[in-house]
Parts: sequence; C-alpha cells; structure tokens
Amino acid sequence: MTTWFPVALMTAFAALVVGLMVTINAIVGPRSRDPVKGEAFECGNPPSGSAWRRFSVHFYLTAILFLVFDVEVVFLYPWAVTIRQLGATGLVEAGIFIVLMLAGLIYALRRGMLDWS
Amino acid sequence: MQALGPLILSWRSVLAPGIVALTAVVTMLVGSGLSEDESESVGWIALTGLVAAAIASLAASGDHIVTFGGSLIIDDYTAFFYLLIPVCSAVVVLFSFDYVAALGLPATEYYALLLFATTGMMLMAGAGDLIVMFLGLETMSISAYVMAAMAQRDPKSSEAGLKYFLLGAFSTGFLLYGIALLYGATGSIKLEAVAQMVRKHSIALSPFVLLGLGLILVGFGFKVAAAPFHVWTPDAYEGAPTSVTALMAVGIKLGAFAGFIRVLLIYLAPLHAQWSGVLWALAALSMTVGNLAALAQENIKRMLAYSAIAHAGYILVGMTAGRSEVGPALLYYLLGYAFANLGAFAVLVAVEQAQQSGTKLDDLSGLARNHPMLAAAMALFMLSLMGMPPLAGFVGKFYIFSVALESRYVWLVIIATLNSVVSAYYYARVIVAMYMREGAERQAQTRQPTLLFALAVAALATVIIGLLPHPYISASSAAYASAEQVLRPATAALQTK
Amino acid sequence: MPLGIFAFFATLAVISALGVILQRSPVHSLLALIVTLLCVAALMIGLDALAVGLLQAIVYVGAIVVLFLFVIWLLNLERDPEESGRLGIKLLAAVGAAALVGELTAFLTRTHMSQQTVNSDYGSMAQLAGLIFGNYLIAFEVTSLLLLVAVVGVVAVARRWPSPRLANRPPTLSAKPQT
Repeated sequence: MTTWFPVALMTAFAALVVGLMVTINAIVGPRSRDPVKGEAFECGNPPSGSAWRRFSVHFYLTAILFLVFDVEVVFLYPWAVTIRQLGATGLVEAGIFIVLMLAGLIYALRRGMLDWS
Repeated sequence: MQALGPLILSWRSVLAPGIVALTAVVTMLVGSGLSEDESESVGWIALTGLVAAAIASLAASGDHIVTFGGSLIIDDYTAFFYLLIPVCSAVVVLFSFDYVAALGLPATEYYALLLFATTGMMLMAGAGDLIVMFLGLETMSISAYVMAAMAQRDPKSSEAGLKYFLLGAFSTGFLLYGIALLYGATGSIKLEAVAQMVRKHSIALSPFVLLGLGLILVGFGFKVAAAPFHVWTPDAYEGAPTSVTALMAVGIKLGAFAGFIRVLLIYLAPLHAQWSGVLWALAALSMTVGNLAALAQENIKRMLAYSAIAHAGYILVGMTAGRSEVGPALLYYLLGYAFANLGAFAVLVAVEQAQQSGTKLDDLSGLARNHPMLAAAMALFMLSLMGMPPLAGFVGKFYIFSVALESRYVWLVIIATLNSVVSAYYYARVIVAMYMREGAERQAQTRQPTLLFALAVAALATVIIGLLPHPYISASSAAYASAEQVLRPATAALQTK
Repeated sequence: MPLGIFAFFATLAVISALGVILQRSPVHSLLALIVTLLCVAALMIGLDALAVGLLQAIVYVGAIVVLFLFVIWLLNLERDPEESGRLGIKLLAAVGAAALVGELTAFLTRTHMSQQTVNSDYGSMAQLAGLIFGNYLIAFEVTSLLLLVAVVGVVAVARRWPSPRLANRPPTLSAKPQT
C-alpha cells in the first residue's frame, strides 16, 4: 500500500492545481453572458437544427469493434507481464485467442465495418 | 496443473465443441469473402462441421474425469449432449437452406451464429465450473438474440429480438449474481469444490448459499422458459424466423437443461430440501400457465411457445423429485421433446414456403389434401408432444411421472396428468384443422430435398425412440450414472440398470 | 488502506453515483458514471487488488462507457426526458430499495466471513496470468468466442442487407399481416 503513496500524492496535487485554477478563474475572470455568446460556434453561421439528433449506427459498429479489441488487450496484458514464466504453453494459449480475434478483424474488414465512404 | 501435459490429455473434452467453434470461424471467414448469392452454400460447411462434431462426441464418453483444472467434464453425460445438440442443430441447418434465402437473411451470419450458439450449448453441457457454464450460456443466448432479430424487414422479428435480449440479459444478471454469491460462500467456482463445501451443514445453510441458489434458480428458470419467468417466450418465439424458433425451442432448452440438471441434481443435491419446494411451484405453474394459455392461441408458433413452457414444466416435475432414478427419465424426455419439436417447426417452415403463408392455424386448413406428407408428419409430432402412446413423448412423460410418484409427489403428478389432458385439446386442434377443414387451393409444393430429409430424420426419431425405447433409456441411464460418479465414485457403476 | 483515502474515494463514489441518477441529461449522467467507476477502481487498488482496479479502469471507463455514449447518441433524444413515474411507483421503488439495504445489512452481519492470510502477490497481474492461462484456460478461450459473437452479431443486426434476391418469392414470408 505504501508504494501507492506517491501516486496518491500526485493525484491530490493534480486535483489541487486544477481546483485552484478553476476557482481563481471563476472568481477573478471577467464574465459576460448573452444569448449570442451562448450559441454553438458553427464557423460564424447561425447554428441550425438541434444538437440532439440521432447518430449513424456506424458509430456504434465502430464502438463495438473497439470494445472487442479493448477486451482482447485486457486479456493480453497479464500474458505480457508473465510471458517468460508461461513460455511455450502461454504462447500457444494466447496464440489461439489472438488468431480467433484476428479472424474477427478480417471478418469485420470484409463486412465494411471500418469503411466510412 | 499449468503445464502443457494435461492440455494434451484433455483434448477429449474440447474436441466436439472445438470442431463446432472452428467451423463457425471458418463459416464466418469463407462466407464474408463470397457474394450474397454464393454465401448460401456455407450452410454445407456448417452441416459438415456439425456432423463431424457429433461423431467426435464419442471422444468425450467414458468414465467421469475432470479436465482443464475442472473446467470441462468428460463423461457419458457430456457425450450424450455433445451428440444430441449438434444433431439437433444439423437438423435445423437442413431445413434452413431455402428458408434463409426466402427471408433474405444474411446466410453467413445466420450459420456462423447458429454454430456459435451450438458451441455455447455444448459447453453448458460439459461445464465443470460455473464460469464456463456462464460463458456457454452467454455465447448461446447472445447468438440467439441476434438470430431472432435477423429478419430486418419484419418488425415482429426486431420486436422478438429486443424482448428476448432485454429479458434474457436481465435473467443473466440474476444467474451471475447467484454464481458470485455461491462463489463467495464456498470459495470456489468449480462445481466439485462447491458441492463438497455445500455438504457441510454450516455452509449449506448460510444465507449467501441460499440466496445464491435462489438467484441461480431464477436465472435458469428464465432460460428454460419456466413460469413465472416465461413472459418473453410467446413474443420471441412468434416473431423470430421459424427456423430460429426451432433452435430456441430445442437447442437452447437442451443446453440450459443440461447445465441446470447437472448443477442442481448432481452438485447441489445436498440442498434438495431447499430447492425442491421452489421447483415444485415452478413446475406446477409452468404446466398450468403453459397449457391454459396454449388453448387460446391462433398462431401455431405461439401455441408451440406455450407448449414449450408446459414441457419445461413436465421436466421440472422430474427435477423436483430429485432422486437419481429420475435423471435418465429427464434425459430421455429431452430426447423425445427435441425431435418432436424440430419436426413440428420443420413442417411450419415447409408450409410457410410452399403456401407462402403465415403460421396461423387457418393456414394449415386442408393441409392434408394439399400436402399429405407434411400433414401426416405434423400429426405425428403433435401426437408425440401430446403424449400419445407409443410415441417418444408418451414414454418420456410416463417415465417422469412414475418416478415422481414413487418419490411421493402425488399432487404434482395429479396436476401434471390433468395438464396433459388439457394439452390434448390444442394439439388435436392442429390435426383437426389439417384433416377436417377445407383450405384454399394452394400452389404446388416446392421440392426441397434437405427439408424433406430433416423431416424424415425427426419423424423417424420420434417413432423409433418411442417404439423401441430401451436402447435410449439405457443410454440415458449410463449418461446420468456417469455424471453421478462424482458423488459416489465406487457405487455409481453398480447402480446402472 | 488509510481511512482518509478510503473515506475520500468512497464519498466521491457515492456523490458521483447520486449524480448518475439525479442528472437530467443522460450525457451528464454518463460523465458522473465515469467518476464513480474511477473511484471504485481507486478503492480496489487501495485494497491491493491492482489487477482488478486497472482492468476496471481500462474496460469500464475505456470501453463500456464509450459504448453507452454511442447508445445515447443512437437513441433519439430530441425532447427533454419527461418526469417519469407516478408517486405510487416512486414509493414502491423506495420501499424496494430500503428492503434491499435491509437485506444486505442482514446478510453481512449474519454471515461469518472467514479470514485468510494470502501471499503478498495475491491479486497481482502475475497471479492473474497464472490463473487465466492455467485453471481457467477454457473460460479464457471461450471469451474469445463470445467476442466473435459480438462482432458477427452486431454486423447481422446493424448492417443493411439487400432484399431477398429470389424474385418468385414474396418479399417477406412472416411479415404478412397476421391479424
């Protein structure tokens, strides 16, 4: 636990700095609020339509793909730190996993999941 | 424990599910490389893989051995389901060929997910720890959710997928929480260690174990569609493409019951006093709700959904008894149930295509005149589901009820018998519609050799398993006895009849 | 773990968890959820469960929350979410929550927790690797199948498939009006 003391200190320090900056800015900074300032900036044009609208399902496909490979990384992390102890066995075991995920990637590519045209 | 040695010795337990999983990956890769038109032929890859897996299931038979540190179990029980599940999936593939094209389903995804679902079912049957059991269940369920929603132009299909997914995911949460509590109380996720801990009185009755047991019952109750956890069933069965409904009614139930029976009847047997009351209520409710609601259905898929709930109830009657004599009866019952249902859905698939109609009762009117073969097959499956001697459904029901009676669950058996009588009405209604009502003149039948073959397999199995039950009963007994060896290593072999 | 650090993260976790359910905008709820998850991760690390804490940060904050965000965007959120639920339902929910708290308290006080001394590397990445690639190998490999199902499944559901190619067949069989 004591090894984590520097990390905790660092976190606390970061929080302190950020908190100070935000607070000082809020107290001493100039403020002017009017409807025009509150508008979303769209290259100078008046904003049109609502920002709350449906996004393409394609984002979702990409997110799923990201999630899948993120989880893969999570599983490979323990393998990476003990790669020497696990040796050939670990290589075979992780290899099966990686090959399966690779098959998933090839499939996703062929189905155009990463194709944005 | 962690060397490569056991890995090589353990190939027997992963061979069959491994073949199915590998076939799924091959299907996925090959199919996505082909054009839409060509990709329908990947069904043959799927079929080959399933047949190979069914043959490879022999490798898993033998005496009870745990492999991979207890993750997978080799015994005749595993082998029984390693054989039955791919065969059922193969029958589904056989009657899917034209249907997938007709509905415009993406063939590659359809077959790949079917194979993944099959892998999950097999893993549930062979699982020796609760993690693998859970992963198998998830693999099976998630594939099924997607397959139910696959007919994109049909809003009912999307509705089915969504309802199935939401309630299924919810129930998975219950199951997982139950597993976590059981793990917390016993300190192990391996079924064998859990069973040993549970045999100690002090742990068995701790609140954590009891709550975990309760949540696990709820989770499995959802998966096998037992009342009161059945509300998703009619809509999901009705909306899904009919071939997917067949997979849901047969494969999912086989996988879920394989896991459920093994966990509850074998490993959690010491807690029989705690769970038998709950199962009693589930069984009585499932039979009654299923059969009464089935009476009012006009759509045959919906009717079969309620019939599936009722059949889950009959199986739960056997599980309530909880004695080791009931194990073979349960396995035999599943055998008969699987083929009768597969056949019934195959007929529906054929009718939908041949007549270009829906699956309402009226659509079957006059089927005996237009398609005498289909009508005869459907009548056979209905009679078996009804429990008419000498078909498989009758023998199974009789077997389960008589063991339950021996175990002094008299009231439950009375409820079950009354329910069987009620069920005769709605199964007979189908036969009446086919043979005694006039239907519109329909177009000629489309010839589909694979579908006819699937029908023939299901019909033959239903008749043979019922007429000559002994080999199947002794196979069921051997399977169950070898799973029970974990409890009584020395005497289990002698108990086999 | 020093009491002060525990109190800090625990309080922050509870406050941000309240933020998740009290915010009106779902995106704000999501941001609060990120803080909750990070606090829980910190608490886990404080308990020397380093691997679990890190995985919590990577998987939940890194991936699951992103997915939630896309789901929120995917749903149409043009209107302000209405005040949902009548008083009766709220009352029922409150009773249910109270029952859950009471139940958990009862369980925690009644159950005897056994205390075990564990090795200093308990919960470390290396130990986790030993388990994943040892006793739980099958679970690890099956996870990859589950991930593949996710990839295939999302394509099957979300991708637009061409309409049925066979001209002599009706466009959909089961989509016929079934009243």
